[in-house]
Amino acid sequence: MIEARNISKSFGDKQVLKDITVSFEPGKTNLIIGQSGSGKTVLMKCVVGLYEVDKGEVDYDGRIYSSMKIKEKREIRKELGMLFQGGALFDSMTVQDNVMFPLNMFTKQSFKEKLDRVNFCLEHVNLEDVNDLMPSELSGGMIKRVAIARAISLNPKYLFCDEPNSGLDPMTADHIDNLISEITKRFNMTTIINTHDMNSVLNIGDNIAYIHKGQLWWEGNKEIVMRSNNKELDEFIFSTELTKRIK
Amino acid sequence: MFRHFGGYLILMRQVFRRPDKSKVFWKQLLVEMQSLGVDSLGIVAIISIFMGAVVALQTAFNIDSPLIPAYTVGFTTRQSMIFEFSPTVISLILAGKIGSRIASEIGTMRVTEQIDAMQIMGVNSANFLIFPKIVAAMVFNPILIVISMFLGVFGGWLACITSGLISSQDYIHGIRSWFDPFGITYAMIKTITFAFLIVSVSSYHGYRISGGALEVGKASTKSVVYSSILIIIFNLLLTQLLLT
Repeated sequence: MIEARNISKSFGDKQVLKDITVSFEPGKTNLIIGQSGSGKTVLMKCVVGLYEVDKGEVDYDGRIYSSMKIKEKREIRKELGMLFQGGALFDSMTVQDNVMFPLNMFTKQSFKEKLDRVNFCLEHVNLEDVNDLMPSELSGGMIKRVAIARAISLNPKYLFCDEPNSGLDPMTADHIDNLISEITKRFNMTTIINTHDMNSVLNIGDNIAYIHKGQLWWEGNKEIVMRSNNKELDEFIFSTELTKRIK
Repeated sequence: MFRHFGGYLILMRQVFRRPDKSKVFWKQLLVEMQSLGVDSLGIVAIISIFMGAVVALQTAFNIDSPLIPAYTVGFTTRQSMIFEFSPTVISLILAGKIGSRIASEIGTMRVTEQIDAMQIMGVNSANFLIFPKIVAAMVFNPILIVISMFLGVFGGWLACITSGLISSQDYIHGIRSWFDPFGITYAMIKTITFAFLIVSVSSYHGYRISGGALEVGKASTKSVVYSSILIIIFNLLLTQLLLT
């Protein structure tokens, strides 16, 4: 389990996160939702350690990550996988080299073993015969899937996804959501997803944290999110014509 | 200014760490030697030949007195190439070529979150990206400069015999006269220092950017400007230190 306790973060005079306490459970897809600019990406970057928190602490299964030294943090980071919004694949490497990168850096496996693991991860994201392609030759959905394959190559305990289906068509977005949910359950990972896509919320939202103006505004799951009686959350959820009609 | 210098020192502290995996480091080093060194051979060769030719011709045209022997042209060309043109001018050219390449490569990796991805994996991104570049440039730039010296002297010879200003024997006699090996040592010290400055300053500008494509362009320009200025300053300092 990952717990963020009393997290505050400012950039200059602007306070982006205000005393947020939220926990993310293992084996479940934990969603952070909120409007653009609400602070959900900053919260995720604080949790993974890309930003230092001004106040509060981040706890990875009893290990206080936010107060660790860089060397200790690196050890925990080997247990993390992250899918970035744009995929963040290394441009100069093939798909195979991208997925093999963490294995090259942190394992002593033979090339054959690493290749088997790469192919296993690529099969899991339904990609075959793409090993020699460069990232520039892939579609948006394929980039996301390769990035997921890279994120899970070291069998991480914690998976972070920053807007995994942004810029994708609804079918591909749905496929990516299901893929993440399936991987989470199969490998019993603690998965945290940043999103403002309502399909994802209703599809895979085992735990949902709604962030509004840098504060934790509501917590629940996909079963109760549609009838929360929280004014700001309702405005967010029922802002599109489709959700209004569903309501 | 002090903020930048502090940031630069902090980055260098991260860079000069033991690589996470030595096998990966050696592989990266070869890749960087290819892209920063071997790929620069063409431009270094062309500039050196023409530079040597111009120095030889200008020297020959400016020697009016019959008291000055003809072989002075060869001697002057050799000294100019070894002491100044090869180490300094070629380093300035490389600051433009490899400096902008490094800043834009690392800058693009920063804005597309590739560096964040490395850090999340627990990789020391500064060490992984910058250290092999610094080592590659410090090892390969001296080779480029030695090649430049030979090609410059050859360019001078070619210009002399094709223009008929002085004979081949006089030119060769000139380039063999009063040779002091310390000139090579001085040139190598300058080259290695400049190589470090070019790569580290360019990497710093690429690594610290935030924003988008516009920032990458700005970082690329800044890296060339700052490394060129530093080359000029260190050229003076090292000359003062080593030759006086």
